[in-house]
Amino acid sequence: MSKSKTSGYKGPCGYQKRKEGEGRNCVRYKCGLTNTIQDVLRHRPGWVEVKDDAEWDFNWCDVGWLRENFDHSYMEEHVRICHFRNHYELTRKNLMVKNLKRHRKALEREAGRLEAAKCDFFPRTFELPSEYHLFVEEFKRNPGSTWIMKPVARSQGKGIFLFRKLKDIMDWKKDGTRSEEQRDETQVESYVAQRYIENPYLINGRKFDLRVYVLVTSYNPLKAWLYRDGFARFSSTRYSLSSIDDQYIHLTNVAVQKTAPDYDPEKGCKWQIRQLRRYLTAKHGSETVETLFKDIDNIFVRSLQSVQKVIINDKHCFELYGYDILLDQDLKPWLIEVNASPSLTASSQEDYDLKFRLLEDTLHIVDMEGRLTGKEKRVGGFDLMWNDGPVCREDVNLETLGSSSLKANTHLGCVNDREKQLCQLLKPFSGQKKT
Amino acid sequence: MIDEGTELSVTIAQIVQRLKGTHLHSQLEREAKECLHRPEIKLESLKEDVRNFLKESGWERKLQNAVYRELNILSPPGHPTAPPEHIKEPLVYMRKAQANWEKRILKSLNSMCTELGVPLARKRPVPEQKEMTNKWNEMGTDEPDLSRFRPVYAPKDFLEVLIGLQNPNQESCDEPSARSHWGLIQVPLNVPDISQLREAYPELDLTTSQLGIDDHTNVPPDLFEYEHIRIGRKVLSEQDSAAAQQYSRQGCPTGLRAQLWALILNATNEPEDIAHYEQLKAGVIHHDLLVDNLIYKDVKLTASNDDYYFVFEDFLYQVLLCFSRDTAVLEHFNYNSATPPKSCVHGKSGAEKVAVVYPPNGLIPFHGFSMYVAPLCFLYNEPSKLYSVFREMYVRYFFRLHSISSSPSGIVSLCLQFERLLQTHLPQLFYHLREIGAQPLRIAFKWMVRAFSGYLCTDQLLLLWDRILGYDSLEIVAVLAAAVFAFRAENLMEVTSLASAEAVLADLSTLKVMPLLQIFLFATVI
Repeated sequence: MSKSKTSGYKGPCGYQKRKEGEGRNCVRYKCGLTNTIQDVLRHRPGWVEVKDDAEWDFNWCDVGWLRENFDHSYMEEHVRICHFRNHYELTRKNLMVKNLKRHRKALEREAGRLEAAKCDFFPRTFELPSEYHLFVEEFKRNPGSTWIMKPVARSQGKGIFLFRKLKDIMDWKKDGTRSEEQRDETQVESYVAQRYIENPYLINGRKFDLRVYVLVTSYNPLKAWLYRDGFARFSSTRYSLSSIDDQYIHLTNVAVQKTAPDYDPEKGCKWQIRQLRRYLTAKHGSETVETLFKDIDNIFVRSLQSVQKVIINDKHCFELYGYDILLDQDLKPWLIEVNASPSLTASSQEDYDLKFRLLEDTLHIVDMEGRLTGKEKRVGGFDLMWNDGPVCREDVNLETLGSSSLKANTHLGCVNDREKQLCQLLKPFSGQKKT
Repeated sequence: MIDEGTELSVTIAQIVQRLKGTHLHSQLEREAKECLHRPEIKLESLKEDVRNFLKESGWERKLQNAVYRELNILSPPGHPTAPPEHIKEPLVYMRKAQANWEKRILKSLNSMCTELGVPLARKRPVPEQKEMTNKWNEMGTDEPDLSRFRPVYAPKDFLEVLIGLQNPNQESCDEPSARSHWGLIQVPLNVPDISQLREAYPELDLTTSQLGIDDHTNVPPDLFEYEHIRIGRKVLSEQDSAAAQQYSRQGCPTGLRAQLWALILNATNEPEDIAHYEQLKAGVIHHDLLVDNLIYKDVKLTASNDDYYFVFEDFLYQVLLCFSRDTAVLEHFNYNSATPPKSCVHGKSGAEKVAVVYPPNGLIPFHGFSMYVAPLCFLYNEPSKLYSVFREMYVRYFFRLHSISSSPSGIVSLCLQFERLLQTHLPQLFYHLREIGAQPLRIAFKWMVRAFSGYLCTDQLLLLWDRILGYDSLEIVAVLAAAVFAFRAENLMEVTSLASAEAVLADLSTLKVMPLLQIFLFATVI
């Protein structure tokens, strides 16, 4: 992407260079995906799509494009792109685990055991084949336990399987006795072996996991937003440990469920998180559920903190993560993984509406149009969760300072009256009448 | 004429009669006997002391709740020489219509039975029993071939029967005019108008706080919500049914609702309830009933396809299959205008035929029946508790939604009330819809028969059912139906066909029930 040479050149929408800080009412965008995000971008007043090698102000790209082009692109100050260069430190399973473990160790050194224990939200994980021996030690310490093998870099549930016997993972054995040729021949794909959570929280015998959206606009200082809506994905069959080969039971990704023999696309096996929150409150009472959601907030913050120093902070970048969380029977949340490219394809009208609004609000926060002051704690369905420190619901002043009951500014699973909030917050797009 | 004093004694006698021999009775006796060992019980003041003991240990409260429950169920004592049919339903023409309807249903069931060659009931062979036991918790995974079974009837068939109801003593003019009734229901029952409703539902007025309105995000919770929750906890600790019922009028907090409803209904989960449930479960395992297939089909067609309730499929089978075998439900036919259908089976000696109630609980499920249970799955996850609460809700309220009676909570009254409210307060809309062949009741009927289950989103539905319990009446369902039409009136005025009217009212999942009710009842100009 090259800068245009003549300063008098006006692009398709009369583009002129603007000073930093001034919003733009004409945004040229590039979009590498063909799902909901396309609709959202097209729908936005003043945003124009550009293709191929044309200059762009905003790029919603896939990670492949990023890998190939990021390093060769010069981006002007105002330009925004939807990924961080090395997001994989958080999203690749082996790297995330490595970063979390390191962060936990550092925390234990600095602040003690109790503080470090707050990072215990991911199951015991080992990278194979590199940590094979460490894994075997742990495996032997827990006879009869179930483990799950996941390829490091694939998605949508591909390549995942469960096992209970070491012989099932012979291929990943790091064995010094294998000959050089053997080792070169069978280059084994990197996997992680993770302790399988055998007592998931079930609703009427069905397992589910949570998909939650977190938007990070900066890593240094860390600024992260949490979206109020999300959903719980149910497995379409009843949970039982007796058939670990039936991946339809254990894996809740919609992509896997879609191929299950009794999958009915009309049925939709998702609940909104709001629905789940209400269900849990009715069953366990509001205090228990508030504690649960506080623990979930903790997962987001600490996982982001663990990669804070590793991720190359670039003010052009922002990233919308899809966090997968599993609850166990004791209502403890576990982090399963973080996705840098959460699926934006909609499985139903309701799903489409949720993703549309999510993306719209993401663009509001990225704020190419310069309508925000930067002091907002809420934009649409996003609540500012972390701003170089915890963000509280009430404004901290002399009276509230020192109060131990300050509540975090997160509302996962709560009412999302975003339209009203946006109306009050944002000036309408220039040239657009306020609806 | 019966004077008040006699009426009271009759009521007391009735309640005592009903409570005699119940488990509570034997528990009280046992407690009273055992407390005699206690030091504070003295011979001189035996009666007083025992009474005090029972009061302090909470047993008096339990008795109070049981009596309260009986009072709620008990119909007003009629004339001493009135036959039992009168308690079921005082109006003859209604009884006749119900009896005819029942004949039709039974005929339909029997012909399906003959056509398919499936027996009404059969004992399961032992391997099948074993299988049933093993998959008790996941019956939803079964995919039996249900294509040959049809629901015995759907709400719209029932609506046709109600439309055809005629009071033989009434002269009805044919020409519609401003004074005649424009709706489909032709019987002259007495239904309350808005001013009467305002008096009956004062807790819903604009100046009283409630859940569903005053717990909204922009209302600070200190204003109402926190205090309301505190009172709710107190009510639960006192274990007082009547107080819980009054409390429920302003809505039940999500975290307390399950316990509050159980308290209001006096639905217990004591060992004897669990044992009863286990007995019913054994019944399901040993025998297969034809109606089981109807239940399977209904669940698969309705709840399993619902975005909210699909998760609870297995619970629904566990409740409904047991429900159809529960003969304790037969008791409610004393005050239900319906009569349980009977089927002839060969007697023990083989020669004579004996009439038995079929199914054992006397209720033939219809299309959508499982939706009465589905919302409750949200609150209770122990099958026996869920069962207990559902059964109580059914014998107090839901049965009225699909039997022909003159009761103010009966479906006939609800339909008439809906139409009258609409005609009185939205005459232009009613007339317009009538002219385009979209009688409002044809659209609203299905909502009312299910008490809106499956049409509203769950949290709103539960707020509505809070008020059904709180006011011990289903009237609110008819008011809500009218309020929904009022809310969408503008769009409805533009439509030109029944299909488009249905489309405007197809999706109620975004509606907020309490504001609609409040505005309709208290902000409508009379």
